[in-house]
Amino acid sequence: MTYTLEGTTGTWEVVVGLEVHAQVISQSKLFSGAATAFGAEPNTQVSFVDAAFPGMLPVINGECVAQAVRTGLGLNAQINLESRFDRKNYFYADLPAGYQISQYQHPIVGTGVVTIDLADGTTKEIGITRLHLEQDAGKSLHDQHPTKSYIDLNRAGVALMEIVSEPDIRSPEEAGAYLTKLRQILRYLGTCDGNMEEGSMRADVNVSVRKAGEAYRTRCEVKNVNSIRFVMQAVEAEARRQIAVWEEGGEVAQETRLFDSARGTTRSMRSKEHAHDYRYFPDPDLLPLVLDAGWVESLKAKLPELPDAKAARFMRDYGLPAYDARVLVAEQATADFYEAVAIGRDAKLAANWMMGDFFAALNRTGRTIADSPVSAANLGKLIDLIADATINGRIAKEVFEAMVETGDDPTAIVDAKGLRQVTDTGAIDAAVAEVLARNADKVAEYRSGKDKLFGFFVGQVMKAMAGKGNPALVNDVLRKQLG
Amino acid sequence: MSALTDLTLAEAARLLAAKKVSATELTQAHVDAIEALASLNAFIVTTPERALADAKRADGRIAAGEAGPLEGIPLAIKDLFCTAGIQTTAASRILGGFVPPYESTVSANLWRDGAVCLGKTNLDEFAMGSSNTTSAYGNVVNPWKRRGDNRDLVPGGSSGGSAAAVAARLCLGATATDTGGSIRQPAAFTGTVGIKPTYGRCSRWGIVAFASSLDQAGPMARTVEDCAILLRSMAGHDPKDSTSADIAVPDFAAALGHGVKGLRIGVPKEYRLEGLSPEIAALWEQGIAWLKEAGCTIHEIGLPHAKYALPAYYIVAPAEASSNLARYDGVRFGLRVPGDSLDAQYEATRGEGFGAEVRRRIMIGTYVLSAGYYDAYYLKAQKVRALIARDFDVAWESVDAILTPATPNAAFAIGENQDDPVTMYLNDIFTVTANLAGLPGIAVPAGLDASGLPLGLQVIGRAFDEETVFRVGRAIEQAAGFTAMPQLRAGA
Repeated sequence: MTYTLEGTTGTWEVVVGLEVHAQVISQSKLFSGAATAFGAEPNTQVSFVDAAFPGMLPVINGECVAQAVRTGLGLNAQINLESRFDRKNYFYADLPAGYQISQYQHPIVGTGVVTIDLADGTTKEIGITRLHLEQDAGKSLHDQHPTKSYIDLNRAGVALMEIVSEPDIRSPEEAGAYLTKLRQILRYLGTCDGNMEEGSMRADVNVSVRKAGEAYRTRCEVKNVNSIRFVMQAVEAEARRQIAVWEEGGEVAQETRLFDSARGTTRSMRSKEHAHDYRYFPDPDLLPLVLDAGWVESLKAKLPELPDAKAARFMRDYGLPAYDARVLVAEQATADFYEAVAIGRDAKLAANWMMGDFFAALNRTGRTIADSPVSAANLGKLIDLIADATINGRIAKEVFEAMVETGDDPTAIVDAKGLRQVTDTGAIDAAVAEVLARNADKVAEYRSGKDKLFGFFVGQVMKAMAGKGNPALVNDVLRKQLG
Repeated sequence: MSALTDLTLAEAARLLAAKKVSATELTQAHVDAIEALASLNAFIVTTPERALADAKRADGRIAAGEAGPLEGIPLAIKDLFCTAGIQTTAASRILGGFVPPYESTVSANLWRDGAVCLGKTNLDEFAMGSSNTTSAYGNVVNPWKRRGDNRDLVPGGSSGGSAAAVAARLCLGATATDTGGSIRQPAAFTGTVGIKPTYGRCSRWGIVAFASSLDQAGPMARTVEDCAILLRSMAGHDPKDSTSADIAVPDFAAALGHGVKGLRIGVPKEYRLEGLSPEIAALWEQGIAWLKEAGCTIHEIGLPHAKYALPAYYIVAPAEASSNLARYDGVRFGLRVPGDSLDAQYEATRGEGFGAEVRRRIMIGTYVLSAGYYDAYYLKAQKVRALIARDFDVAWESVDAILTPATPNAAFAIGENQDDPVTMYLNDIFTVTANLAGLPGIAVPAGLDASGLPLGLQVIGRAFDEETVFRVGRAIEQAAGFTAMPQLRAGA
């Protein structure tokens, strides 16, 4: 299903490419030993290298390199065994050296591909152009003093991966699906926490519009969008703006814009600086980064199973439908939890419980998988109790609610509340006989052909047995007695 | 007193070890000499208290039999090396009041080995210059005078303060740095010895950067042996400098005993420049003759791209400098001249903080890196650089070392060569190739010009083969028997 926007002159297609800045998970910064933890007091995690003191030199942090390689492998991308660091020169108060060390011409990771999952159940491949390592800048605080800006260099020098996609994205939904999948992959790999609120993942959104069959028109870059929802909104808002410009006979100017989430519009960035000439050149303080092919292989061998592979395995091994598999692999912790529940049990039943009552309970209680009141072992036991007919499905829901409340073992709850299902056919015979006797008129109707009343009898019997009757046995006995 | 300041570093070390001289008296003699010759302006900061405290500690260690290889040796440090707790200026106003909380690796190595810190020597601002006249702390005066001419001469640059201090016997040796000739040219101008080691031999950590791919620290002293002793302490792999080489540091002084018999010496024909002064040409011929007599064979070699070295150097070095000096913005350290906006503060701070030569090179460097010019200048210069390095690689197939003049002329008067920066840049004509190719080069005093000023010869060697460079330098030193002394010197 193609996403298009209608203008006054016809139908427009949207073309989007994303540049994602993902903060690398590492103990220390890209070129210094300073710590990277979020939320520390300003300027407490700054080395003389980060503050660009005279004579200080950068030394590459091997763990950041490993993280970039792992990410490249996770994006099915080319790993460049030789890459290089360049200086991107510009003046700003939170850029201590007056240049950012980045990779301009020779990135560590080349082309790759991400498969995105769309709501209609289809998938689409989005090309990755490149991934490179670079330093983050510090933070300028403009609201602390009437005339001055304050500078916090804690973030200065923290490693970022800039992941650039091809302009393969054609709708807000695809943009959202791309970011969702990219974040999933990064989290699975443990290379970025994907936390957009804390700014550890930010996106620059390149948007252009065109009529069907046209070459690309001029694009605009919407900078630093910090949630998936905002990215999706920014794509549409910017596309609509450009369509209006074109249709009014204007020309879209290539520029950098900002997304105003309160108004849902983009606006031109009143550049605090002038047109940049970054004067890139190879950083003479650093040697080319040369990787050993064997080392890359060893990282590859240790990669975790990634979401797409895991979903395929869930479909294959557990017989899950694609939708279920996708939902369950969205987060590593969810997938692990599911497998702990499903292995050795009815995997589809386990999936239904996870995606139904379990997720609902988490939502309701504001908990996550990590601090779930119901453990995987206990949810598994609950399914066992259903499978071995200790309880029926209806009672199971009641037991589950008690588990959410107390965190208790389901067996204990069943015993304490006396919820074991009745499989004694004598008791069921008696209950059925009583219900039929009480409803002689309905029995007559049933026997004269009103089959639908069977459900009514089942309900009455279950009610009489306080819900504990074994449904299969109740059905059997009812059929027998109704003749 | 004159006796103590006239000692070579090696002699002083022997006397200290034999307890015939104490570090304290040796240091006091140099502290007094520095004070007596303050008019040379060789130092930006002197640290007499620190020096005497260092000396006292050294005497204690010598007494305890725990002396390091440089125990009690008074040295001067170019004010481009960051020294913990001692103001470090790079001879620039923009670093006014900057006291580093850290010590450069090279100076730390010297203190580790027992050396005594006399102070920080003057230099061209950010090591950019060949005359020491661009210093924000005033020019350095060359201890040498032309015969019958009392005008002040330049000591060369950028390590002019270190050169003058060594020549005038204000220290037994000094650290220096060489980006395009900043050790070898001032050594030649002051009748001292200076070696620029192989790029990567000494750590650049803690040295204020000029042009990172060319900067290299090295020693200056009055003999080849003294330089060999100092370099052994200064050099070594440093994990804090990614470009420092993980290669063992040999006992350079021990290599001096091996002589030069059988060494193949290359003489590059391209260095016979048009208009080369007859005095320099004659000195070069003399050097060739000396080495022949010492048992070397002489071979004419070609360095066909050497003629492009100077322009390539004056593209690469300013390009890197324009980026390296961006950090002096008034935000975190050094001078800040406030302005109404961030840009205004940058402009005011950098406009007042940097001198004219530094501003010129930042502008050149910014220009050659800018969009549309990068390929024509910076990229082309890098290609030239690769070709120059290849010229040398070819040369090493047939020779073991290369002999050239160190400079195209002797020291000039203060004020001369000031009108046209290019004339000044030509001072580096013989030295820049070694920087571009990363090779070791030594300047050794070899004679005097007609007016009685020292002239030097340069020996260039293979990468990480400073031993051969020292051996050939020593052979020239012995043959030249250079005993002339500057007019302005301790005890004179």
